Amino acid sequence: MKRDLSSHILLSFIKKLAVFLLFIAPSTYADWQLNLREGVTEISRSVYSLHMIIFWICVVIAVVVFGVMLWSVIYHRKSRGAKAQNFHENVYVEIAWTIVPILILVGMAVPATATLKKMYDSSESDIDIQVTGYQWKWRYQYLESGVDFFSSLATPIEQIQGESEKTENYLLEVDNPLVIPVGKKVRFLITANDVIHSWWVPDFAVKKDAIPGFINESWVKAEHTGIYRGQCAELCGKDHGFMPIVVEVKSQEDYQLWLKDQQLAQAEKAKSAEKRWTLDELMVTGKEVYMKSCAACHQANGEGVPGAFPALKGSPLVQGDPGAHIDVVLNGKAGTAMQAFRDQLSATELAAVITYERNAWGDSLGDIISPSQIAKLKQ
Amino acid sequence: MQTEHQEYYVPDQSYYPILASIALFFMAFGSGAVLTAAENTGDLAMLMLLIGFVMILFIIISWFSKVAAESRQGLYSPQMDRSFRWGMGWFISSEVMFFAAFFGALFYIRVLALPWLGGEGEKGVSNMLWEGFVNQWPLMTTPDPSQFKGPEKIVDPWHIPLLNTILLVASSVTLTFSHKALKLNKRHWTSFWLAVTVVLGVTFLYYQVVEYHEAYTELGLTLASGIYGSTFFILTGFHGFHVTLGTLMLICILVRVLEGEFSGKKHFAFEAIAWYWHFVDVVWVGLFIFVYIL
Amino acid sequence: MSATEQTVSADMQHGEVNTQDTEHHHGPAKGFSRWLFTTNHKDIGSMYLWFSLAMFMTGGCMALLIRMELFQPGLQMMQPDFFNQMTTMHGLIMVFGAVMPAFVGLANWMIPMMIGAPDMALPRLNNWSFWILPFAFSMMLFTLFMEGGAPNFGWTFYAPLSTTYAPPSVTFFIFAVHMMGISSIMGAINVIVTILNMRPKGMVMMKLPLFVWTWLITAFLLILVMPVLAGVVTMMLMDIHFGTSFFSAAGGGDPVLFQHVFWFFGHPEVYIMILPAFGVVSEIIPTFSRKKLFGYSSMVYATSSIAFLSFIVWAHHMFTVGMPLAGELFFMFATMLIAVPTGVKVFNWVATMFRGSMTFETPMLFAIAFVVLFSIGGFSGLMLAIAPVDFQYHDTYFVVAHFHYVLVPGSVFSIMAAAYYWLPKWTGNYYNEKMGKLHFWLSFIGINITFFPMHFVGLAGMPRRIPDYALQFADFNAVSSVGAFIFGFSQLLFIYNIVSCIRTKNQATPEVWEGAKGLEWTVPSPAPYHTFTTPPKVD
Ligand code: HEA
Ligand code: HEA
Ligand code: HEC
Ligand code: CUA
Ligand SMILES: [Cu+2]
Repeated sequence: MKRDLSSHILLSFIKKLAVFLLFIAPSTYADWQLNLREGVTEISRSVYSLHMIIFWICVVIAVVVFGVMLWSVIYHRKSRGAKAQNFHENVYVEIAWTIVPILILVGMAVPATATLKKMYDSSESDIDIQVTGYQWKWRYQYLESGVDFFSSLATPIEQIQGESEKTENYLLEVDNPLVIPVGKKVRFLITANDVIHSWWVPDFAVKKDAIPGFINESWVKAEHTGIYRGQCAELCGKDHGFMPIVVEVKSQEDYQLWLKDQQLAQAEKAKSAEKRWTLDELMVTGKEVYMKSCAACHQANGEGVPGAFPALKGSPLVQGDPGAHIDVVLNGKAGTAMQAFRDQLSATELAAVITYERNAWGDSLGDIISPSQIAKLKQ
Repeated sequence: MQTEHQEYYVPDQSYYPILASIALFFMAFGSGAVLTAAENTGDLAMLMLLIGFVMILFIIISWFSKVAAESRQGLYSPQMDRSFRWGMGWFISSEVMFFAAFFGALFYIRVLALPWLGGEGEKGVSNMLWEGFVNQWPLMTTPDPSQFKGPEKIVDPWHIPLLNTILLVASSVTLTFSHKALKLNKRHWTSFWLAVTVVLGVTFLYYQVVEYHEAYTELGLTLASGIYGSTFFILTGFHGFHVTLGTLMLICILVRVLEGEFSGKKHFAFEAIAWYWHFVDVVWVGLFIFVYIL
Repeated sequence: MSATEQTVSADMQHGEVNTQDTEHHHGPAKGFSRWLFTTNHKDIGSMYLWFSLAMFMTGGCMALLIRMELFQPGLQMMQPDFFNQMTTMHGLIMVFGAVMPAFVGLANWMIPMMIGAPDMALPRLNNWSFWILPFAFSMMLFTLFMEGGAPNFGWTFYAPLSTTYAPPSVTFFIFAVHMMGISSIMGAINVIVTILNMRPKGMVMMKLPLFVWTWLITAFLLILVMPVLAGVVTMMLMDIHFGTSFFSAAGGGDPVLFQHVFWFFGHPEVYIMILPAFGVVSEIIPTFSRKKLFGYSSMVYATSSIAFLSFIVWAHHMFTVGMPLAGELFFMFATMLIAVPTGVKVFNWVATMFRGSMTFETPMLFAIAFVVLFSIGGFSGLMLAIAPVDFQYHDTYFVVAHFHYVLVPGSVFSIMAAAYYWLPKWTGNYYNEKMGKLHFWLSFIGINITFFPMHFVGLAGMPRRIPDYALQFADFNAVSSVGAFIFGFSQLLFIYNIVSCIRTKNQATPEVWEGAKGLEWTVPSPAPYHTFTTPPKVD
């Protein structure tokens, strides 16, 4: 099996090298690109053209400068019998090659300033969405319609660990994408709950840091419907590489339908807390929630990571009075990575995960934390 | 051809640097360990820190005495003297930048960050996250009082701080008198004014301690009372630390003057410390204006 | 005490010693104590250089681990948290452990010889500056074995990830940074004092070799920014352990404050790593072109302008933090301006080669590669400077490509060029030219295979500091990884070349190179333990 893997790596590597060298055949994986994306907004296109202009200016300068150098290297070498000249100063030349670059730079600065000004104008928006970065997921709150949900990585862990085939949108897929309507100016109010994150969707040319305690603004007016993918772009801890962003741009009508659905689903979720749950049911749901929301830090086996995340298995707090335990999970611990899950999870999910913690990993207390109990606390 | 370079003194091998590095390591590692230690290792860490501290003290004293001895032996040319001067000058410049970092932080907070949190300026939307927060300086109520309770009162600039300003400015003047006297070889006056300077410095420190004590016990002004407390203590604290060092050095110089060292022409150590003292004084004036008054 | 007197009297006796005299008074002490207690600028320079090489290997091995993990998508070798530790330590070690000490080593060796001084101005302080470093870095590396792991928040250690959310080892990291700061400041003071105060008659400022000039300006940068770094880590320490709220909005602070203070240090820091490189290249190119450096005085002015501008551009690393528009524009314009003086330097180098009589020994090859590849890095820097476009580049591999182009074929190549250039002067032997050329070509090819594709993945949207990536980035990452191994292993040749140059006897002349000009080439090879105890004549 080991030999298999290494020969596979070797093979795939040779293949890749060939691809690189030939620059033709499509690769084994999804199609790759070499350049910036043009994107789907007016802004992103002007960013793209700025990028290309500056790129070509640099290329031209490089060709001239390296050209002269190459010329000298070829023709003014000693082995060709070149004799060194004596000149070593020329004020006019020096002035020229100071002024000319300045003019070139001014030429770049003018369109750059115009684009930047447009990007900064987030006034007169149609929809306002607050985007909050959490370790390691995003929360979207639609300020006008009250829709509020979290969005986290959907790629299964087996794919990441190489136990199953990686699918097309590996690491760029989420459970609940952000949905916005096409052709409307959507303003984002970007902030964070714990550390600094950065909300980035290349096709919109939007990248803004999410700073805890402050709000940054940005906006987009998408011109085409479709699905656009991005990633968190500021190191935010262990799973920084695993907090993608997916935006679905829908037509006006579809967007309205989606909003309705969301509002209905939220009401639905609240109701499930009123049901009577058995220990087994809670354990099943609890395990799911735990794996999705808690295992990233406290680990699947509940043993945590020494020095970073405490073990829950055998923790006196988890074993002890439910009140304190519930409080930690609902309200988190200010100033630590332990975030408040009050708004992230429904009452049922919270009850389930707390019950799960108290009964998993061999230290079963046998007690049930009921969803209705949590629902009361949440109010 | 003989020039002054002939006499440039390149000292022979010396074990001070390596020992000083080890001492520094003990101090750094010890401090780290003290701050992060579990209960059972705390004592060990403290011991390490102490060893480092004692070592460095010992090394500084012997290193400087060695330099003083070399100087007395006449090994140092005027050029060497200039090296020391440049060295001290640039060292003080680096100290200036150290304080500049904290002053910069203070200005940034007051001019940009707090107004944003309070709802003004280009990032005023941030106020959404801190409903009810109002920007003011001194910042008595922080954005989240449950995490950082603001101070109840602040230090009145026109009592102790004013007194301290007078003390410190006066000490700069007395130090200059002392220097003048030394240049004129009036050694009694030199030591007299130097002693006065030391007394002023110590008095300053005494009042600084009184002020801190009041801040903690009566005003509710602590390191943890939001950004006001943070900037207040880091600026005044590091300044106080520098005054302490300066005072200790002045005492050393005083002892050396009393022992009959330094001449009217050659007294670099004296001058270096005088520069340092003036620098500390200037920083204080900045503090008085920007931390206490405004 | 008596020992000192002896030294001095020895100095006196050799009053009119001539500079060509190899048997000049007492040589190095015997045994290990020579290195521990030395006050000799050459010994200290050598120690700096060896230390830097060791750190380059350590940081390089971490880079190879990073590249191994990134060879393929998926998590193969390590957990994400460990990957972050590797990235952080790699950056810190390369910047503070490899590149900066290497330049200080070169400064120690060469500045006194180039200006005709008997030694550095403050020799004991000099030794202290060096010996702090091994301790500081031992402490930093030690954190790898601590509970919670080593620093994992990037070499830029943005708060609050590096304060409230950091592993316990951050405290040790902070003290290690303090120690490095002390070392750098003392080293810089020494350089400044040496240059300003130890010049013999006739060595006026505008006759100083460019390496000396660039170092003088670098030293000013160091003195002005290292204390600011100390300040910012001190604020971190206070936030972590003493309840302050500099970087927490809840108490009225601001996480972005951290970045402003950090980059006020950080941007000049990157010029600290390139100005001495400019100096080295400005020494080498004239030598092998057999022609005086073109535009000497404009080089000096350009270097000063770069240094000045470096203080007013820091926030170009923070275009996405949401600065007010006016700030954004100011920092964009100021940053773009740096291209002008840097361009002047590049043009001057090219003009020096133009109509020269060139040969291509190893140092020259590295220097030419420097000019080309550094400029490529500079061009991508200029692209990054355009704020609206930087929104797309920021924190992607495009940035990683940029700074490796200016740092590896920039700073590191210049260090290698300097090593080959001055090795015969240091050891007294010529190195093996064939092996040197081989080392150059392998490095040149390896470096481009490693870092060029990073431009592509960066533009295509791959963020930096991630242990795993989406499938469309796979091909170029694999290529980069292979390049990294080619480059990494070719450094074994570098080590081999250095060692064999020390050991094989192949006596070098005092001039070493045909076109070499400058005081260091007037003393014998190897340079005697003490040079210029009597000031040389400069006309
Ligand atoms: C040796 C180190 C070094 C050097 C010399 C430079 C040089 C430059 N750098 Fe770079 N930079 C880094 C090291 C360095 N940088 C590092 C380490 C980072 C990342 C830090 C981190 O986040 O971890 C970084 C990041 C960085 C950023 C932030 C990117 C981001 O995070 O989003 C920016 C943005 O403006 C930038 C710009 C520049 C510019 C404009 C120059 C200029 O000085 C370049 C000037 C040179 C030229 C332009 C080429 C030669 C000129 C000519 C031939 C003349 C004619 C040319 C024209 C008129 C176009 N750099
Ligand atoms: C001067 C500075 C410098 C230098 C020289 C290098 C050299 C290299 N760096 Fe980099 N690097 C940085 C400074 C530097 N780096 C910085 C500041 C960062 C940002 C960190 C952060 O994000 O916080 C970074 C980040 C960084 C990343 C991005 C990590 C991420 O974002 O997740 C990568 C990825 O490929 C990388 C790769 C490399 C490689 C392959 C080399 C190679 O050139 C190294 C080659 C050298 C050797 C391999 C050692 C010598 C070899 C031997 C002695 C032979 C014997 C040993 C073996 C072959 C094992 N570096
Ligand atoms: C981003 C990381 C992270 C995530 C995700 C996370 N935790 Fe925590 N958790 C922490 C940290 C860090 C602490 C320690 C806080 C402290 O310093 O007291 C903690 C503490 C706890 C404690 C108290 C343990 C004790 O012994 O004091 C409980 C219980 C807990 N978490 C439960 C959960 C549950 C349930 C979830 C998921 C619904 C969860 N955590 C998700 C980081 C996390
Ligand atoms: Cu969130 Cu990176
Ligand atoms: Cu920069």
